[in-house]
Amino acid sequence: MFKGKFIDNLPKIYGTYTGGFLVFIILMAIAEQAGMSAKLIGIFFVAFTVLIYALIGYLSRTMQTDAYYVAGRQVPTVFNGMATAADWMSGASFVAMAGGIYFKGYGYMALLVGWTGGYVLVASLLAPYLRKFGCYTVPDFIGTRYGGNLARLSAVIVLTVASFTYVTAQINATGTIASVALDIPFNIAVYVGLASILMCSMLGGMRAVTWTQVAQYIVLIIAYLLPVFWISNKMGAGVFPHLMLADEVARIAELEAQFGLGEIKNSAADLKQVPKGLAGITKAHSEVNTTPWKFISLAICMMAGTASLPHVMMRYFTTPSVKAARRSVGWSLFFIFLLYSSAPMLATLSKLSLMDPNLATGIIGKSITEVQAIDWYQNWNQANLMFVSDFNGNGTLELNEFFMGGKAVVLATPEIAGLPYVISGLVAAGGMAAAMSTADGLVLAISNALSHDIYYKMINPKAETAKRLIVARVLLVLIGFAGATIAALEIQGILGSVIWAFDFAMSGLFFPLVLGVWWKRANAQGAVAGMLLGLISGTVYLVAVRNGYPGFWGVTQLTFGIIGSLVSLVSMVVVSLLTKAPDAATQRMVDEVRVPSGKTILGKQH
Amino acid sequence: MSFWVMFRLLTYREGKKMSKQQQHWEKTRMLLFITLAIWFVFSIGIFFFGAEMEASSIRPLGYPLSYYMTCQGSLGIFVILIFWFANRQEKIDEEFGFTEREDD
Repeated sequence: MFKGKFIDNLPKIYGTYTGGFLVFIILMAIAEQAGMSAKLIGIFFVAFTVLIYALIGYLSRTMQTDAYYVAGRQVPTVFNGMATAADWMSGASFVAMAGGIYFKGYGYMALLVGWTGGYVLVASLLAPYLRKFGCYTVPDFIGTRYGGNLARLSAVIVLTVASFTYVTAQINATGTIASVALDIPFNIAVYVGLASILMCSMLGGMRAVTWTQVAQYIVLIIAYLLPVFWISNKMGAGVFPHLMLADEVARIAELEAQFGLGEIKNSAADLKQVPKGLAGITKAHSEVNTTPWKFISLAICMMAGTASLPHVMMRYFTTPSVKAARRSVGWSLFFIFLLYSSAPMLATLSKLSLMDPNLATGIIGKSITEVQAIDWYQNWNQANLMFVSDFNGNGTLELNEFFMGGKAVVLATPEIAGLPYVISGLVAAGGMAAAMSTADGLVLAISNALSHDIYYKMINPKAETAKRLIVARVLLVLIGFAGATIAALEIQGILGSVIWAFDFAMSGLFFPLVLGVWWKRANAQGAVAGMLLGLISGTVYLVAVRNGYPGFWGVTQLTFGIIGSLVSLVSMVVVSLLTKAPDAATQRMVDEVRVPSGKTILGKQH
Repeated sequence: MSFWVMFRLLTYREGKKMSKQQQHWEKTRMLLFITLAIWFVFSIGIFFFGAEMEASSIRPLGYPLSYYMTCQGSLGIFVILIFWFANRQEKIDEEFGFTEREDD
């Protein structure tokens, strides 16, 4: 069926895979009609997809360093775009983002702008130049460009802090979904999630992660778009929701006014009864409800963070050429755009389904006992993601008496809107794919930095290939377990820790990376000062704000990267100018990086 | 007259002294500034005017302008901007003969 090399057959292979997946969905739908239980459908969806990823991971096993670290640098532009999109879109994008928009409206949509706008910085400032450099990891670039182990080590520290914060959130997300879909306790489900993550990356490193991520993108985009289109059509809102929901957005504003949003407040005693983590709608859906600076500062942090997160940057090391790296960024953003532009539409449809009394699914204004008897309410109430209570004692459900968890907006909307359960199973598989693909990218980024930059470049430069790759795999497993252990403690929410990860990355890495290409005068001392002082000042600010310090310039715990990166920029420039300029060889190296043609700075195998 | 001579001297020196690589970098930098300027407008600039956009009578597809830009407008512009940037950069690389060999 597939003659010739694997790379030449990619469209055919993934075409067949997509077709197979669609057939699987249809089979599940038929099984549901035939009476298969909802629980079993959920198990089938998650287990089937995870097994496929594990199979791809096994088939991509390798003992070559360039295949392990950069997938042999032969990933075609469009496929690398898909892999990056999966790498990028985490549990936070898939499960939490639509929920955030549902509760907070416009103010939250700064994340949409920030998490896409950052790619313009990636394409124009960094990706093509780092590809030309030929590095295996981001600290590899810092270490070679600036020279010296201290710069390399500082980069590894920043990378580890940012990526580790991020990965615990992703393992948490896989655990949540696995526990709901497979019906097992959360602290066991976390390790089930971890096992599936490691199966994808352990044997084949970057090569395996690349090909599983493409497969995961296909699952997650189908799982996100299908319900949006289905609900929109079912509701009669429009065949193409993205272009046709204007009336629904206006209708929500009308209903918000009618139900007295923001006028009726819950008392503190009432709110005490609401389970932790659940929230009601407190902000208008489409109105501008935040100060410009709050919106813009969040967007800035997410954009600069995008350009500094190593697990994203290292995806562009895998393309065959500089030109391909540049185009690949465009494709990545296109694939991300497909999901991001749908998130607000999903939030709109979800809100209208619940609120509009003219729809059969609307629950606001119905009697409390009636709502409490609904099947899906009971299910999600049991999962601790939904709650109603008759605070004012009038017997009917008011807007301020309905509470939902952020995750439920994506996971429960198909059920609320009356779609067959097969769609809910599909959505669970999609959420699992999103969280797994990002976790894989992150765990690999950390373990590659530790094995390549710390072990091979600093501790044992004479290590043979086989030994290096074994060390890399042992580290991968260790980091995975550390992440899972912390995730099992459930310290903070998914979205919060993801935003922190961006701020950490931005504080320590943004300027050292950008200036490494765009400012020849930048030297090692400056870069080390920039990375360490940036990271330290950002962290100090975060801890201070968490402990009651009011902060300044309107910078909150979600935007502390602004402080960190400013300190990083100033200290990097000042220290660089006070110390000696980089030597002629380094200057020539920067010149070389700036043109696409010619050999890479670092050899194919290094 | 003296201005003209000075102008000629300056431009003459720049034009002659700059190596192919420097000229390439000059153009690349110019392209970066243009790209970042467009990026700035649609990622930061317009959101200083959230309230004005909401009140605006321009309503793409019927959505309030502020809502539309955050959901689709800016996002779509970023996608187009990156492909446009990649095309222009490829042209610049070609112009100075810095394009990679195809068999790479």
